[in-house]
Amino acid sequence: MRTETRKPASDGKPRRKFLKGCLGAAGTAVAGGAIGTLSTPAAARDTHHRPPEALGLLYDATLCIGCKACVAACKQANDNPPEFSTVDKLWDTPLDTSGHTFNIIKMYRHGTMTTKDAESNGYAFMKTSCMHCADPSCVSACPVTAMTKDPVTGVVAYDPDACVGCRYCVVACPFGIPKYQYDSPTGKIGKCELCRHRVADGHFSACAEVCPTGATLHGRTRDLLIEAKRRLALPAGSLTRYPRGSIDGGPEQGYEGHVGNYQQHVYGEHEYGGTQVLKLSAVPFEKVGMPNLPPESSAATSETIQHTLYGGLLMPFAVLGAMTYVAKRNVHHDQEEDDDGGGDPNSPAATTGPGREWS
Amino acid sequence: MSGQQHARPAPVGGSLFNATTLVCGVLIAVMATIILVRLIFGLGATTNLNDGYSWGAWVVVDVFIGSALACGGFSVALLVYIFNKGQYHPLVRPALLGSLFGYTLAGAAITFDLGRWWNFWHIFWPGYFNVNSVMFEVAACITLYIIVMWIEFSPVFLEKLGLHDARRKLGKLLFFFIALGIVLPMMHQASLGTMLVVMGGQVNALWQTPMQPLIYLLSAIILGYGVVLFESCVAASAYRRQVEVSMLNPMARVMLGIMAFYLLVRFADLIARGVLGQAFQPSFIALAFWIENACFIAPFLLIRTVDARRNPARLFLAGIAVMLGGILLRLNGFLIAFDTGPGWTYFPSVPELLVTIGIFAAEVLGYIVITRRFPVLPRAESYARPARS
Repeated sequence: MRTETRKPASDGKPRRKFLKGCLGAAGTAVAGGAIGTLSTPAAARDTHHRPPEALGLLYDATLCIGCKACVAACKQANDNPPEFSTVDKLWDTPLDTSGHTFNIIKMYRHGTMTTKDAESNGYAFMKTSCMHCADPSCVSACPVTAMTKDPVTGVVAYDPDACVGCRYCVVACPFGIPKYQYDSPTGKIGKCELCRHRVADGHFSACAEVCPTGATLHGRTRDLLIEAKRRLALPAGSLTRYPRGSIDGGPEQGYEGHVGNYQQHVYGEHEYGGTQVLKLSAVPFEKVGMPNLPPESSAATSETIQHTLYGGLLMPFAVLGAMTYVAKRNVHHDQEEDDDGGGDPNSPAATTGPGREWS
Repeated sequence: MSGQQHARPAPVGGSLFNATTLVCGVLIAVMATIILVRLIFGLGATTNLNDGYSWGAWVVVDVFIGSALACGGFSVALLVYIFNKGQYHPLVRPALLGSLFGYTLAGAAITFDLGRWWNFWHIFWPGYFNVNSVMFEVAACITLYIIVMWIEFSPVFLEKLGLHDARRKLGKLLFFFIALGIVLPMMHQASLGTMLVVMGGQVNALWQTPMQPLIYLLSAIILGYGVVLFESCVAASAYRRQVEVSMLNPMARVMLGIMAFYLLVRFADLIARGVLGQAFQPSFIALAFWIENACFIAPFLLIRTVDARRNPARLFLAGIAVMLGGILLRLNGFLIAFDTGPGWTYFPSVPELLVTIGIFAAEVLGYIVITRRFPVLPRAESYARPARS
């Protein structure tokens, strides 16, 4: 019967210092990674910006008449079933985007709702669909690359055959866009993919194709941004020409109309590094459901932390090496004891056993 | 130091059929039925999940909280094998057993929460997996850790089966798996905190910080010790044994030390980011914040002195307080202080709760079966026997 000696032998102290050093290093690594994101470490991942040929939409709320032709066209183009919010279930009446509704026009209402595009006692429309972020949270979050961003068009696409259905994209998106089909045992994520499946037939986004007023306009985002800024520079109430369908659709598609009383802000120009869908509105954007986002994307912050801690697996292997070294020394005595006593766990020697020489 | 004399682990023995195991069995059967319904009819038919709260009890409680509560094995291994505190050795196996079940069942739980579970293998398949994704890191790391833990725990089965040769061979390599069993939980417990970062402004500023990985890692280590306090007291009471106060007392002191550092990091971060003021607004969120942190502060009042730490009731309460704190840190970040826009609410459905309860029942049943039949808990006799030299 041996007893615990637990002697802090002469070599114990420096070793303990070493151990603390190892662990300290590991802790510092994690802390450093976290703090590093606040400054600019080597692994910092900058916010991505739009690819030069990025495609998108320009939605001008002052031109929208709320006809919801785009909602119906989107349903048809994506082969989605109708969703009902009324008792009679006569036609498609979704109240929000869902796994089966990728585009919807929402309404802002205030007071008497007399004036269109007025913040008080007015009403206004706002399109809700994927913004096709320059640096999408969903793409960063997806563990299996089911969400991808096209390097040329920048369209954020979804691949159901890759998806595991973890729904991290749903949680991560600041616009609440990817949605899961909870009604099915084999549910997919549903979201706008800018009608990328219709491009081969010479089509573009169905919502822009059918929009009678050009409120939803399709095109390269850099062209759309120029168009948006042109509108903001015009005096409210003056006359100007609005293109319809696609921005490069030609003058015969356009029409002349009055300039709205815009908020001087192109939503999507800088938010989270920019989005490919841009928006103009007369009512402040927060009031029509568009969140206030910083110019740095949260995907960049998240990936900076990940790359700082796990880049090339350097840090994990360094910590593993240190832990293996220390564990090997400390398990050794333990093992000897287990071996000589291991034959019969009921033997008296084995019963009290340990008496490990912790030195 | 005869008080440090250790008992070798031995099976507790006794019948496997009693009221507790029967109740556990019924709860597990109920869970299995609900899982079957979920697989046939989908998540909408069984859960209250929606697109505003896409992660509910099965993810946040079963996996995020379940795995953190299963950090006992990791925390004790850190103490025994890295800081070479051999006196805690008898705690290793019981703690590891708790972790083994916690993690294995968390891994099983996530599978039927996955909307497209048949694609699960993509997470480990080059060409599919996305190294930028925090979820990928967490999923891959947890899976690896479950395998490592079964290897770490396998000596228990080898001893029982009398495979001493295999036991000895494994013993020579065990140090490496022990090291892996420390690094892997450090990685994914930290990453579970990082998971909040990409959600941006949807998570309240009191929980949205790039320091989250450090906060989650520290809280997981603390939780590990808290769970060991809790488990040791419950096991002692259930098996009518003496509480291992001689080990729990100094271990609780270690826990308090790490917890002091945790609170320092937590509040320094809030002050540095200038958002501490939000904790003083008259809001439900602020209340949730203070309840969470009160749970981490309470043990300092409960078990601050050596005498207080000799009191099993106080150790037990401190363990519960720490566990509650860790649970609330995770619930607050992922559900209570997560605001995805107006109009969304979530509270788990009855089937969701029954599955979560079923998982904890499976853990309890597994713990009982293994400790009664396999050499896990230290032999009870040694407490009665006077120490000899």
